[in-house]
Amino acid sequence: MRDPQNYLPETASQTAGPYVHIGLVPSDTGIKIYDHELGRDIAGPNAKGERIRVQGRLIDGNGAALKDGLIEVWQANAAGVYAHPESSGAVEEGFRGWGRVIADFDSGAWFFETVKPGAGPGRSGARQAPHISLWIVARGINIGLNTRLYFDDEGAANDADPVLGRIDPPHRRDTLIATRDDSGDTPVYRFDIRLQGDRETVFFDI
Amino acid sequence: MKTPAEYYMRDRRLHPPAYAPGYKTSVARSPRQALISLENTVSEITGPRFGHSDIAEGDNDLLTNYAAAGESAIGERIILHGRVLDQEAKPVRNTLVEVWQANAGGRYRHKKDNYLAPMDPNFGGCGRILTDDDGYYFFRTVKPGAYPWPNQVNNWRPAHVHFSVFGSAFAQRLITQCYFEGDPLIPICPIVQTIPDQAAIDRLTARLDMNQTIPFDAIAYRFDIVLRGRRSTLFENRLEGN
Repeated sequence: MRDPQNYLPETASQTAGPYVHIGLVPSDTGIKIYDHELGRDIAGPNAKGERIRVQGRLIDGNGAALKDGLIEVWQANAAGVYAHPESSGAVEEGFRGWGRVIADFDSGAWFFETVKPGAGPGRSGARQAPHISLWIVARGINIGLNTRLYFDDEGAANDADPVLGRIDPPHRRDTLIATRDDSGDTPVYRFDIRLQGDRETVFFDI
Repeated sequence: MKTPAEYYMRDRRLHPPAYAPGYKTSVARSPRQALISLENTVSEITGPRFGHSDIAEGDNDLLTNYAAAGESAIGERIILHGRVLDQEAKPVRNTLVEVWQANAGGRYRHKKDNYLAPMDPNFGGCGRILTDDDGYYFFRTVKPGAYPWPNQVNNWRPAHVHFSVFGSAFAQRLITQCYFEGDPLIPICPIVQTIPDQAAIDRLTARLDMNQTIPFDAIAYRFDIVLRGRRSTLFENRLEGN
């Protein structure tokens, strides 16, 4: 089972399927088992920084919205620190930086509420622009898709971001930039994810 | 300046490709552009952590976690257990393992499942647990039934349990499916066969484990999971601590 260097091979991925909600967000399909469902509160009440809402749709190669997708979110706090021992610094009590959301069963729209992350360290002393890492699974997706959301009001930081800088041709970088809308009480960032075809979102092999 | 140590590159030959036309839904849900390779940053080598305050005792017992008092799910009682390891065979400790599955008749408790097999009133179909210091997990459940699905006209999924595992980094996040030894539906399933490597398919098959089977109670199956391994910490190009 091992390769000649004695490393174990990674377990193969399989699709999360159409009923992923049963396991990961059971109350959304009417199953009341857990007292405490995970992934509902990304930032917690103590987190500093600007409260924002992120919303969008997952769109397939025919232009149709997925109504069975699930997205997990991973981000730093407003100071650019992750809730993890390998990130230098401390986060506010209750700040998790992780969440999971599903597309609405009827419309396909999804949203989450959080705080806007701060810039953080990159590789070899570089700085990364503020971003949120996303992981997308659904029926028809055989291995989870990794992408990043950046913010359109961080133009200078985005221009200097080493990850965005890797994307060629450069116009594809725009698929990772969420659009701010200040017309309501809470700032909203719109971020549609196109799985395939025209203006296909950039996905990463991390 | 410290550069975080990277996770081993994913061997994509052992994973299904995004576009696998035998599984029809993948046709319109697979990117056409190549993935952009991203050397790990702190964003990828960190990930959510969970503790015992997040879950409850008994969340891993699907026989009873949805059942009325004194009742139990109907079906073949099994213990599904194993270890979560990394590629260096080190245990992945305190990591969250979540599962979901159909009932013994192949019916899911989900509003979108309209298969004619009946719901079991005492079976919900989800469970979760944190691995222990040896990376060990276990669930009590019923063996799920096969069920038909709209792909080709007469496609049936093998009995399977969906698994979700975190590891300690967002780069290790994995969802997969566990099948059961000897099931003749495995080699003819279009979803299983999205995986190009037969050995990788075999590793998704839980083995009958008579040593952990409890006489007159439950049959055991063993399913080990391997997450990505990781290099030693690097400072610039200089190895430290090796």
